[in-house]
Amino acid sequence: MIARLSGNLSPRGLIFLAALGAALLIAPFVANDYLLTVLILILYFAYTGQAWNIMMGFAGQLSLGHAIYVGLGAYVAALLFTRYGIAPWIGLLAAIPVTVACGAVIGFLAFRFGVAGVYFAILTIAFAEFARIGFDHLDIVNASAGLFLPVAQYTHNDLWRLRGNPAMFYYVILAATVLAFILSRVLMTSRIGYFWLAIREDEIAASAAGIDTFRYKMYAVMISAAVTAFAGVFYAFFYNNLFPEQVFNISRSIEIILGPIIGGVGTLFGPVLGAFVLTGLAETLNSAMLYFGIDLPGAKQVFYGVCLLLVVLALPNGVWPWLARRLGVAERSR
Amino acid sequence: MTALLSLQAVSKRFRGLVAVDRVSFDVPEGAIFAVIGPNGAGKTTLFNLIAGATSPDGGTITFAGNRIEGMTADAVCRRGLARTFQLVRPFPGLSVEDNVIVGALQRRRDVAAAREHALTLLRRLDLFDKRSRLASTLTLPDRKRLEVARALATGPRLLLLDEVMAGLRPTETDRMVATLQALNRESGLTVVLIEHVMRAVMALASRVLVLDHGIAIAEGAPDAVVRDPAVVRSYLGQSHLEGGTS
Repeated sequence: MIARLSGNLSPRGLIFLAALGAALLIAPFVANDYLLTVLILILYFAYTGQAWNIMMGFAGQLSLGHAIYVGLGAYVAALLFTRYGIAPWIGLLAAIPVTVACGAVIGFLAFRFGVAGVYFAILTIAFAEFARIGFDHLDIVNASAGLFLPVAQYTHNDLWRLRGNPAMFYYVILAATVLAFILSRVLMTSRIGYFWLAIREDEIAASAAGIDTFRYKMYAVMISAAVTAFAGVFYAFFYNNLFPEQVFNISRSIEIILGPIIGGVGTLFGPVLGAFVLTGLAETLNSAMLYFGIDLPGAKQVFYGVCLLLVVLALPNGVWPWLARRLGVAERSR
Repeated sequence: MTALLSLQAVSKRFRGLVAVDRVSFDVPEGAIFAVIGPNGAGKTTLFNLIAGATSPDGGTITFAGNRIEGMTADAVCRRGLARTFQLVRPFPGLSVEDNVIVGALQRRRDVAAAREHALTLLRRLDLFDKRSRLASTLTLPDRKRLEVARALATGPRLLLLDEVMAGLRPTETDRMVATLQALNRESGLTVVLIEHVMRAVMALASRVLVLDHGIAIAEGAPDAVVRDPAVVRSYLGQSHLEGGTS
């Protein structure tokens, strides 16, 4: 297992990875609460980016509505917690089937009826918008008034109920990001991963090579949705409030995909690197503006746009493939 | 000898155009069978019908005793009937090796075993030295060989080859002919090929079918077919009979 996970990494790559891991592990002991919150946000985007990458980077199916899986995961777990006092980890077990079912419906409609490419992407947006408007009128989740979780008591950490200080949330999302990375790696190097890449590269040729493309595209959507469900649970318990207008908003879906695009779609390190680069720089910009007393609403969005433009122009495959070559830690070239 | 592949009165229309018109033929197990004819004769359409890329409007296609007309391409492939594309379609962003591994994973669950099988085939098709290159960087002849390797990797009983010799130099054609003959001899692989390179057809095929305007105008042993007046008129041309080199 370990050999398989480190298989294609050079010694330099392993040292680099070990150093990064160590830095991330000790971060809560040296970082203040603000910096820790930024790191949580970075890891959150690394995690969701990794989940999205399974669908787009591996199987070539562009989802522009991943907020729907975050939102559904968040609402299911939050509802079970606030109404019945059910712990989020049990809530996750309920959230996963809900998001998987949602992904299966979207996938079935699209793949059964030949909705592909940009039309598929539009369909994913449409579903996220349905959810946003639907939840805005759904009384069981307090509709547009929002669903609130009892605010955490910071005096002691309760991992089972996900109530605690930022350090606890930090370690939870760090562990989740590592697990998502390992899962992606296992998927990518297994039979299903090869079939996904074949579908991404040329669906007709994949079919001629014996791959049931409908089935494997369905797997991609459902696995991606299942992984994203946890991001929703985390979101709900970290922020303690849920508004359909925010959770299901298309800008949430876009934020999820920016990291992998900047880092490198279809690579394992891309989503992680992209999240660090993008969120890291955006928060630096925020602090700098605060420090100099500049008040420019929307500066972050403009900054995201500029980053995206620069990467698309200079490094269309993302930052990671370029960086990997520079560092001599080449990831498998596919 | 029972037929591995059998077509009975297979037809396909595209609006007004009858691309394939009641074509029937049998390919015995272990045979090398060629389909020739002028451009637009319906050869590739015929392949698409057999391989499940499109469904026929009429007729039956039987493979290994089972009706396969109207099946999806992937189901046909899993039953042991693999094809190559005239306009090659390798997975461009994958390495040569990974392209073939995808095919090999059809009959193997284990990636390591699939890789081993893929490397054996790459050696056979003279692509072993280029195994780490991206498929998009290969020359056309190499991409044709890659198509054959990927199709072979799926473990077919019958291989449909759509103009794999086109664009190959004569020495490369001879090499491909030798490879196919060896595969046919060793494993009893049945081959149906569409080909314009008559040099390859004459060397390989035990039987030839000639299509013209969707209609089978002749079928028989290669030597007999190339002398058939209808075939000469519609396809080969008079110069062929007079010792030309088409």
